[in-house]
Amino acid sequence: MKLFKILFLLFFIPITGYTTVHKHSLENGLKIFVKEDNRAPIVVSQVWYRAGSLDEVNGKTGVAHLLEHMMFKGTKTTKPGEFSKIIAAAGGRENAFTGADYTCYFQQLEKSQLPISLKMEADRMQNLVVSEEEFAKEIKVVMEERLWRTDDNPKAQANELFNTLMFHAHPYGKPIVGWMNDLENMTHSDAEEWYKNWYGPNNAILVVAGDVKASEVFKMAEKYFGQIPPIVLPERKPQQEPKQNGTRTSILKAPSKLSYVQMGYRAPTLDKNSQEISKDQFALEVLVGILSQSSSARLTQNLVRDSRIALNVGAGYSMVNRGNESSFELYATPSETTSTSDLIAALKEELNKIKRDGVTEEELKRVKTIVIADDVYQKDSVFNAAMQIGQLETQGYSHEILEDYIKNIKKVTSKDIQNAASRYFTDDTLTVVTIDPQPLDTSKPKKGKPHVH
Amino acid sequence: MAHKFILLKTIVYPVVDVNVMFSAGSVRDSKQTNGVASMTNHLMFSGSAGMSEQKLMNSFADIGAQIGSNFNRDQSSFSLRTLSEEKSEAIELFKVVLQKPNFDKEILDREAKRYVANIAQAETMPEAIATKRFMKSIYGEHPYGLPSSGTIDSINRIKVAHLKKFYKEFYVANQADIVIVGDVTKAEAELIAKDISSGLPVNNNIKAIPDVKKVEKQETRISHPAKQAHLYYGVPIMKRNDPDFFPLYVGNHVLGGSGFGSRLTYEIREKKGLVYSVYSYFMPLTKKGPFEVALQTSKDQVDEAMGLIKTTIQSFIENGPSESELQASKDNITGGFALRFGSNQKIMNYVSMMAFYNYPLDYLKTYTDKVNAVTVDQIKTAFKKRVDLNEFSTVIVGVDER
Repeated sequence: MKLFKILFLLFFIPITGYTTVHKHSLENGLKIFVKEDNRAPIVVSQVWYRAGSLDEVNGKTGVAHLLEHMMFKGTKTTKPGEFSKIIAAAGGRENAFTGADYTCYFQQLEKSQLPISLKMEADRMQNLVVSEEEFAKEIKVVMEERLWRTDDNPKAQANELFNTLMFHAHPYGKPIVGWMNDLENMTHSDAEEWYKNWYGPNNAILVVAGDVKASEVFKMAEKYFGQIPPIVLPERKPQQEPKQNGTRTSILKAPSKLSYVQMGYRAPTLDKNSQEISKDQFALEVLVGILSQSSSARLTQNLVRDSRIALNVGAGYSMVNRGNESSFELYATPSETTSTSDLIAALKEELNKIKRDGVTEEELKRVKTIVIADDVYQKDSVFNAAMQIGQLETQGYSHEILEDYIKNIKKVTSKDIQNAASRYFTDDTLTVVTIDPQPLDTSKPKKGKPHVH
Repeated sequence: MAHKFILLKTIVYPVVDVNVMFSAGSVRDSKQTNGVASMTNHLMFSGSAGMSEQKLMNSFADIGAQIGSNFNRDQSSFSLRTLSEEKSEAIELFKVVLQKPNFDKEILDREAKRYVANIAQAETMPEAIATKRFMKSIYGEHPYGLPSSGTIDSINRIKVAHLKKFYKEFYVANQADIVIVGDVTKAEAELIAKDISSGLPVNNNIKAIPDVKKVEKQETRISHPAKQAHLYYGVPIMKRNDPDFFPLYVGNHVLGGSGFGSRLTYEIREKKGLVYSVYSYFMPLTKKGPFEVALQTSKDQVDEAMGLIKTTIQSFIENGPSESELQASKDNITGGFALRFGSNQKIMNYVSMMAFYNYPLDYLKTYTDKVNAVTVDQIKTAFKKRVDLNEFSTVIVGVDER
């Protein structure tokens, strides 16, 4: 007989359910968004700056990310590292990340600790000290980070190369972490200049989500951020990428056993003024799902499970960003007996099938079901909810586009996907990077077990 | 003994999560059968009850349900996430997946090829080379020292019969732990748990996992063309439900477990700028799990970084944390306790760990008090007794072989 012991653990959590997003602006231009969610007694606070690698200039790439590191190195009244110590003592978790479109600083805390986070974010928004001594150490850390993220990682190197190849004029061609040579020549005054140019309330967004009351958050925000004067922002130029006329290909030699392909087509982003005219964008969004969203998707089924020419395959497309330039990308690792050219041909053929025959009603229905379910699953995380708002608002969209997202996805037809595929998937706007695998040890003939002592 | 946790959460979020865990990680492999545990886990979603792999995947996708699997040294587990309105169908499918795997030969051949390619690829990646070598160094012949996805040779030896045998031996009702979180009633949850486990094999003679024996420390340096060297340093120290858990855990929080503010990060990153990341952690397993310190740094800096690791840990063993450091760590751990339960997913992860390792049910209630009770002396005593640098093995990948 099986022994069956059932144990119950109950979490009694009073719930008021999901609420809409509350919005408020301070006189100095700081925008505040609050999403109340009282399932757990926690709060997430995020400060987003509309400043990322998109705003960098040649010779100073990586400065947005470097400044993110320096933001933990003290202000006029706090010592280096003190920010982190205070948040830690409050039981919080914190970090920051830099993207092409933004730099975001966040804390997760027990709900009563929110004032600490707002007070300190307001402090470093206006009083940062970039000392030469701290800069000298931190720039070394960032160079190590680049080695680890990119230089010693063949796929990341391939992606860096891919971006430079696709975007010649547009700043999306530059790496967020910065070129090594730019890092080597960066000075603490470059960091200071970046801070002075971009860090101010009128270039920032505060998002708070969790077990809070919007009205109280607004009051608190006024108290801590209200006195910070707005800054004069530098002019932002559009830096549009010229039309591409012909496939661009490049080969990366890197220590590796397997080869790899990253290929992509220039693609549009969601129109910032109207979703009505962004039919293609939603069609491409659905297509990514049909090609690779779940393990039942087309690319895995056809190339990994059936023809077996790929070990792994995926697709990606982002319909939203600040720079108004996107790409529809495919990534694949060929099997050991497949050449990269055969794999590229097979990937193109998958896209040609879409152009020719569209997609089946079954696929369309399935992917829409997944999108709708995912939308519910996403709501489990307070952090993600805040992320979505902050990201869209920094990129220049209203977070309210989320409300129509599912409606627009549901409207997509096979014909829409065919049209979009035909419009964007042309060889003239294609960029391809392949990895040419190199042996680890070319200099020494000796191979075998490592020496142990 | 069957050990089931069922957790209910008030119904506001229309989602049900189910997690089913077996004591069937790579610790169940031998050198000869290395990779069988992983491959069994991997093929569980590749067709069931005669249904093809593609049909099965489509069935889950058609109702928006997500399935996932997890595999590590101790555990093989399977999870389901479904909308409440689809839960009966989703659970019905999930049950079939767990109870009637096809283990098709054709699919095994295909997946074995993918495993082999991935293993060969991992042998070119400095971090993968280092971790594999590190586990081998500190565990010797113990199955924790085996690569969890097997080796090229051992994967090529796997036959369908191995998988079927492994499934019967270890995917058994009397060892399964089931955790359910979300929008279900107590009665429904009970039914789901019974339904899942009643169709699983039974094995009352499940093998005990061998104890970890002390092995001679090793120092290994492996050359690699990468620009950074990857360093791993450590030894097996702590198992689950270890009597020294709290002093060791809180102590390590000060030493290297809490990022900024921990001593290793301060000495090696903040003071010297040598690394982007350095950490230390205890990973308690069913038997003694590794205490591991790791970093990556430019090759010419690795000796300096190694020296700093040693002096930092040695001074911590001798002197322990300061009162204020200890207080800061306690504040961080206890103040942040609520954050571990901020979503259904997080609750699932935490309670699953408790269920799998047979934690007492009052663990959550007493946790904060136990952390707060830890003293500087207890940490010093525990570290002196349990952490001895003379027993630590070192692996550095990305330097010249000496």
